[in-house]
Amino acid sequence: MKWLSEIGEYCLFLKSVFTRPIKWRIFFKRLVNEMQLIGIDSLLIIMVIATFTGAVAVIQTAFNIDTPWIPKSLIGFTARQALILEFCPTILSLILAGKVGSLIASEVGTMRVTEQIDAMDIMGINSASFLVLPKIVAALLFFPILIILSIGFALLGGYLVTVFTDLLTVAEYVDGLHLDFNPFSVGYSMIKTVVFAFLITSISGFHGYRIRGGALEVGQASTRAVVDSSIFIIIFNLILTQLLLS
Amino acid sequence: MITVEHIHKSFGDKPVLKDVSYTFETGKTNLIIGESGSGKTVLMKSIVGLIVPDSGDIKYDGRLFSQMNGNEKRKLRYEMGMLFQGGALFDFMTVEDNVKFPLDMFTDRTEAEKRERVQFCLHRVNLTDAHKKMPSELSGGMIKRVAIARAISLNPRYLFCDEPNSGLDPRTAGLIDELIEEITAEYNITTIINTHDMNSVLKIGTTVAFIYKGNLWWQGDKKSILNTDNQELNDFVFAMELTKRLKK
Repeated sequence: MKWLSEIGEYCLFLKSVFTRPIKWRIFFKRLVNEMQLIGIDSLLIIMVIATFTGAVAVIQTAFNIDTPWIPKSLIGFTARQALILEFCPTILSLILAGKVGSLIASEVGTMRVTEQIDAMDIMGINSASFLVLPKIVAALLFFPILIILSIGFALLGGYLVTVFTDLLTVAEYVDGLHLDFNPFSVGYSMIKTVVFAFLITSISGFHGYRIRGGALEVGQASTRAVVDSSIFIIIFNLILTQLLLS
Repeated sequence: MITVEHIHKSFGDKPVLKDVSYTFETGKTNLIIGESGSGKTVLMKSIVGLIVPDSGDIKYDGRLFSQMNGNEKRKLRYEMGMLFQGGALFDFMTVEDNVKFPLDMFTDRTEAEKRERVQFCLHRVNLTDAHKKMPSELSGGMIKRVAIARAISLNPRYLFCDEPNSGLDPRTAGLIDELIEEITAEYNITTIINTHDMNSVLKIGTTVAFIYKGNLWWQGDKKSILNTDNQELNDFVFAMELTKRLKK
């Protein structure tokens, strides 16, 4: 029954996080800082991973659709669908769970064990809201931008494959990208991203905030933050896919 | 003045505080002493509201803490300053921003007024050239001084210090003690200090409460503590080789 008690604690934590900030000016200042830490600092890793994932997706698809009966433009189509619907929102969110989740849990956890959170509580500041709300809002605003960019870089990775190999021509790839494009697939990808952004930041913040102990517990909380975020991303991926695409 | 009445607190089936009643006086440095694990930190955390006692009352100048609503408790917190054992400075802020933080959060002063107040507080703790430094660049004594500056930035009525001298050399520890004593008298603050440093007790212990196994075992001041016949207190006070030799 420990998990049930943890879910209860998590709900109470969210209740204290979603309260009105004491000073909006300070909230926006922190929001900008968090966008830098959570979003802009993740740009490089997202660009690199997305580009290589896109390239691999095109190569894998080309090797598996190796028949003259299927037009080669379908390689671009299949890679595009896989990248927009699954690879970019889900796989890159899992990567972000590792990078951003551990950052949040260790930052908040260190503040807990060094009594910085107690100092805020004694001042009369809602520490959960002050520390975690800007992180959640920053992720909700910035993760969709990261995923849109990652889709662009993944498609670019696929394009580079067509330029440097003879698996298919650039024209066939571009034809495939245009083929039967439904803008809802991008909307679906964004909905998933927003949900994953919320899960990553709130779960990681929760694990960091409830730490009792010292440096060892900070490490353990970071690990749990990444593991739990990843598990919930996978579970919610299934639920959202069923709800939105069925 | 802060009054605690019949405070009880247990963790699981282990009682940590047993019927503790005491009055901490205004304008004085009130020391809580005791061995590690005696319950003095739990007592202080109960007073500041970080731990909710199982029973008993805490009164801030007659205002009963348990009967305050959320808004009243928030207002009371603006009247508190606390110095933590490790300083608890926000490590993502400079010294200046740490001291300015309570002013940013709870006042509508202009930026110039806030900077003037920060300047005053840092000058008061004899730190005038550390404004732009990060906490990681400060020594232990400087961290404590910045923490005191932050604690007094909103002119608190109540100042709580949890082991203010831990990890400091005797000379710096003495300076921190003097600073706390001066500020207490200067602003007529009710100061509660949690310590097991006998130097502090003998230097600034205007009132001293000895906690032993969760009970208020003895109360007095820095003069009477050396002449008491309380066995447990004597064991505590004269545990150090230096104090033993002095007694001889």
